[in-house]
Amino acid sequence: MKLKNPKDFWSGVMFCLIGFAFAAVVKIYDYPMGTPARMGPGYFPFALALILGFLGVAIIVESMVTSGEAVSKFAWRPLIWVLGAFVVFGLTAKLLGLAIAIVLLVVISSYGGHEFKWKEAIISSVILAVSSVAVFVYGLKLPFPIWPEFLG
Amino acid sequence: MEQLLANLSLGFGVAMTFSNLLYCLIGCLLGTLIGVLPGIGPVATIAMLLPATFTLPPESSLIMLAGIYYGAQYGGSTTAILINIPGESSSVVTALDGYQMARQGRAGPALATAALGSFFAGCVATFLLAAAAPPLAQLAFKFGPAEYFSLMVLGLIAAVVLAHGSVIKAVGMIILGLMLGLVGTDVNSGMARFSFSIPELADGIGFVAVAMGVFGLAEIMKNLEEVEGEREVFLNKVTNLWPSKQDFKDAWGAVLRGTALGSLLGILPGGGAVLASFAAYTLEKKVAKDPSRFGKGDIRGVASPESANNAAAQTSFIPLLTLGIPPNPVMALMVGAMIIQGIQPGPQVMSERPQLFWGMIASMWIGNLMLIVLNLPLIGIWIKLLTVPYRLLYPAILVFCAIGVYSLSNSPTDVVITAVFGFLGYLFVKLECEPAPLLLGFILGPMMEENLRRAMLLSRGDATVFFTRPLSATLLAVAAFLLVLILLPAIRKKREEAFVEE
Repeated sequence: MKLKNPKDFWSGVMFCLIGFAFAAVVKIYDYPMGTPARMGPGYFPFALALILGFLGVAIIVESMVTSGEAVSKFAWRPLIWVLGAFVVFGLTAKLLGLAIAIVLLVVISSYGGHEFKWKEAIISSVILAVSSVAVFVYGLKLPFPIWPEFLG
Repeated sequence: MEQLLANLSLGFGVAMTFSNLLYCLIGCLLGTLIGVLPGIGPVATIAMLLPATFTLPPESSLIMLAGIYYGAQYGGSTTAILINIPGESSSVVTALDGYQMARQGRAGPALATAALGSFFAGCVATFLLAAAAPPLAQLAFKFGPAEYFSLMVLGLIAAVVLAHGSVIKAVGMIILGLMLGLVGTDVNSGMARFSFSIPELADGIGFVAVAMGVFGLAEIMKNLEEVEGEREVFLNKVTNLWPSKQDFKDAWGAVLRGTALGSLLGILPGGGAVLASFAAYTLEKKVAKDPSRFGKGDIRGVASPESANNAAAQTSFIPLLTLGIPPNPVMALMVGAMIIQGIQPGPQVMSERPQLFWGMIASMWIGNLMLIVLNLPLIGIWIKLLTVPYRLLYPAILVFCAIGVYSLSNSPTDVVITAVFGFLGYLFVKLECEPAPLLLGFILGPMMEENLRRAMLLSRGDATVFFTRPLSATLLAVAAFLLVLILLPAIRKKREEAFVEE
């Protein structure tokens, strides 16, 4: 079967999945519901989760009777390299120090662009690393180690 | 009136101290700098720079944030005029005529008109804010938890109605936002919800992580998807800045109309600056004797939306400062910043912290003045910045974001959470789900639950309390009315038209 309104259909699926997943978590972890007068921690989230789930169903139904555009293709390359670079920064900032973490962030994320040049990426990463260390560590006194822990 | 002047002078006293002037200036400059970069709107800009303000005293921090906000607005219109890339959605219509003016070699007057119009609008709106805030705050003191709950429902619904895109999906985004806002420790029972034994999640998801992921990272990835074309920058054509006499004559009416419309629309929850600029452009075309000139470099097409979006940017502080309800995502970030500073937004801010309240209002006016004095001469620098190719810019933006997020808690967790929201944000773009309602819901989630609980406790579990208290019932009735209205086919069509640029 061909989807008539793929964007809405998949939005509905997304809301549906997230809504019912949250509702399931409330039930599985057994968050206390309480009473309407004394609401427990599970009450409001459970209500919202159910509303979201059923809203998702409604959007799926709506997508069957309307027509709309297809979902454009995911650009996996920027997605993976940009998000990956971001996570790598988070994991290395303390261990390797700010300078190296920034170089990694810049070089890896540059790889997600259209044209990647090693020389350019490395030069800009060094400039950014030096200026960030100057501004954030020396200027704003953020508590970042500059160099790897095991060296210093 | 006397009270108003006394308040304003108190405010100027706070805002005019050397350090606060400096923070206002830094805020304006940073805001413009990042606002000029294509594809980074005010929300992402503020999210990026928020961590830098956390260590400041509350007054300075909010003054700097407000500076960043209107700096970003200014920066956005600069790119709209010079390279036809609106830095943010509220300058989309500015690009229509502004870019044409630039192509005709009149980039200078276009930029100056935008700046002067914005300044005029900013002055009027700041005065309006100062005058309207106290009575509104008085009204807000009459609100109990039931009224607050209903007010938030109305605010969220109105935000959907005035924003563009599918209504039902926007409602979904609100609820998703509300739910994400509940992640973390429940204040009443001390129970950690949806945290899955991850200690950082027990404190809740940071709003900076959400905003930066959904508005910042997602935006970058979306931009990378498009092949970088040659940008036509009118570098050497910005020679003569000052508009001619004829320009002034043409533009002043448009500035007045834009200011009036913008001030009004800014107070309403929802579109704020974006809606204001679209509506102002449409109005201008309606009242013009020769509407055919629009889109071909008519100065009114720059003056009116630019005045309107600045007026709206300013007046959208009214619901925030008096009711504690953010009308748009930028204000939602301001709420987050206030909470981090230990200030509960709401009507009590004005009476309990008059320095903060009036200081911020006064600083808006000063900020607007600074922008006009600084920006016109600095335009050359902003233009240079635009010639830097995006492949060199975006890693630098990422560095800013990464350091900002990391320094929130000095742990990798927030960075990873931001990346997750970056992915979600990209997914939302692909599915055409507007992220703005999500952020509003996210900020309002905990407040809504708290007020719902209190209201229900006071009524001993009787849900009819929301309909029997007159104020609350009125607010809900308006919300229901709006929702019905928007679902009517005729209105729906009009709403879609309002957001179509020609």
